[in-house]
Amino acid sequence: MLVAVWPVVGLSPYWSHQILIQTFLFGVAAASLIFLSAYGGMVSLAQTALFGIAGVIIGNLATKGGPGGTSKGLHLGWDPTLALVVAVVMATAIGLLLGAVAARSAGIYFLMITLTYSVIVTYTLGQVTKISGFSGIGGISNYTPGWIGDVLAHPNRLYYAALGVAVAVYLLIRYIVRTPFGVALQGVRDEPVRMASLGYNVALHRTLAFGFAAFIASLGGILYVWWSGQISPGNVDLPETINLLVMAVIGGLLRVEGAWLGAFAFIVIQNYVRDFDVPGLSFGGTLFGGTFNTIVGIIFLVIVVVSPGGLMGIWDRAMARLDRQRGGTRPPEEPLLTPETS
Amino acid sequence: MLFAILYVVVIVRQPSPTGAGNWRTTTFGSAIDDPGSFLRVVLDSLTFAGALFIVASGFALIFGLMRAVNMAHGSFYLLGGYIAYEVQQAMTGQGFSIASTEVNTWEWIAPLLVAAPCIAVVGLVTQQVFLRWNQGQELRQALITIAISVIVADQIIAHFPRNVSTGAQRFGGNAVDLTWPGWSDRLVDLHVAGVQYSLQRLVMLGFGVAVGVGLWLWLYRTKTGMVIRAGVDDQRMAAALGINIQRTFAIAFVVGSALAALGAVVWASQGNIATGQDAQWLLNSLVVVIVGGMGSIFGAAAGAILYAFVLDFSGSYLPQAGADCCTQYSPIFTFVLIALVLSFRPRGLFGRGG
Repeated sequence: MLVAVWPVVGLSPYWSHQILIQTFLFGVAAASLIFLSAYGGMVSLAQTALFGIAGVIIGNLATKGGPGGTSKGLHLGWDPTLALVVAVVMATAIGLLLGAVAARSAGIYFLMITLTYSVIVTYTLGQVTKISGFSGIGGISNYTPGWIGDVLAHPNRLYYAALGVAVAVYLLIRYIVRTPFGVALQGVRDEPVRMASLGYNVALHRTLAFGFAAFIASLGGILYVWWSGQISPGNVDLPETINLLVMAVIGGLLRVEGAWLGAFAFIVIQNYVRDFDVPGLSFGGTLFGGTFNTIVGIIFLVIVVVSPGGLMGIWDRAMARLDRQRGGTRPPEEPLLTPETS
Repeated sequence: MLFAILYVVVIVRQPSPTGAGNWRTTTFGSAIDDPGSFLRVVLDSLTFAGALFIVASGFALIFGLMRAVNMAHGSFYLLGGYIAYEVQQAMTGQGFSIASTEVNTWEWIAPLLVAAPCIAVVGLVTQQVFLRWNQGQELRQALITIAISVIVADQIIAHFPRNVSTGAQRFGGNAVDLTWPGWSDRLVDLHVAGVQYSLQRLVMLGFGVAVGVGLWLWLYRTKTGMVIRAGVDDQRMAAALGINIQRTFAIAFVVGSALAALGAVVWASQGNIATGQDAQWLLNSLVVVIVGGMGSIFGAAAGAILYAFVLDFSGSYLPQAGADCCTQYSPIFTFVLIALVLSFRPRGLFGRGG
């Protein structure tokens, strides 16, 4: 509620349009990662790549070339709303294809395969100059649908769109995990062999879950290109892939709410730690100066060492303790990232 | 796949002098018309596979034994390369780029002898501090090593390269070269189809083969190797039989990390070393291990050779019709390779059960 009226009651535009829009859209992408890990038992590092694929597709479809147009891409000049639908459908289809290849693996193998997806997508976008090239596509924010309009002139519209998508994605995930498909998916997560012997198609469930997560990630990617106006291989490279993972881990890999919490924490750190300088760690002053990534790395390291459940894990533990003190019988915290029996 | 082989062997044509081309046009002609180029691409693939195998076998050794994915392997590679560069620069005192005539054998081996133990120590510390107490929590270990790789990569940018002649190239993880010793800087006449081939690349292949044979002898012909293979098969049983499994893990991590540094020295002498290559080499190691399967050095060797062939042939033999087609699509073939292998062998070519 508070979040919904913030831009109207005059919170500084920097916060609403810089921090919060990014929180919502990266939170959506992180939610796709957390959905897969929490309910499918699959930690995917391909979500950033799918996020970027949707962005590149809409960039190619919606922008126009020629004078005043953008420099790279196919410039098909489609209607932006149609381009939006096609981009989401195509990214979901690519997600289903990638998921089908990875679906027979789980756990650490799945992590490794999706990481190779991510790096391959980065190199492909970098090399294929027709659709992206290293500098990527710019000026996409000039080709938003009419109901978003000029992002710079009406940032509040994009803010509410991002907020709406975030809420819708949250509710959709909460709904999906209660459907027969979602329940079966959790069965596949816990006991793949038993589920297979009960007649469930384990690989198919994993593939569909991956496709659904690709759909969510593509929504985040489209909001991102509207917000930033550009997409390039630099948005989907290994550091960015790890950043999304950091958001999900900070929030907590087992709770969907954690996606936006983690994204918020990460964006705030990213915006305020930039000009922070730790003596001895950096050489300061140039383009590469600062120790931002080192600090993020250390925070990430501390979280995975101390509380693999992230902030939501800490919250859950605190609530459980409070509950015990009151004499409640709240079930103990789910075992986090349990050792796999091999 | 049959079509791909036919395509390379018979169908493709060299570009006409006018520059026009169709789907049959590639950089080189078909293997029958232009056997020299074909042989050169084969040798390029094999020698690159040598470098790939050195790095990836270290990754595979750690993963096979401890089920720990060392996501920092690429960062270790990069750090090893930069350390070797600094040592070579300090020894030759040339600044930045050195002509290979200025480098003697010792000035190439000494950087290796410094870099490999340094990275071995980094690996050992990583393992003892961060991975020892959470053995078996695969995902958590992967996340921890990712965090370490982020920190190491950022610190490399902040501190390397140091030993360069101009200030602008200092720090920032700029690209630098190691240099092969002078005697290797010549072409060898192979007496096949008139091919002259770089001795340096053959030396690289030699290193790959030497590492492979060394690992095989170590794993299959020594007591330590026997213990390691027992650990790969069943950690708990090995520990129950009185084997100090923690010591074995530490040895594996030391050797695996040192192999990353060795691979970096070899490949940085051939190409260069620059920030961002940590991702490239982590990808290389992952693909080799995914394709080859875990648990055996044969898997790593097979994966390295297949991956190198796919990379080099897709780079050289994709059609060149028009300015934008098609060699730029070569990264996609890495995905095709993974997809093909995994659809028939979900655990990789040499992967075992589980």
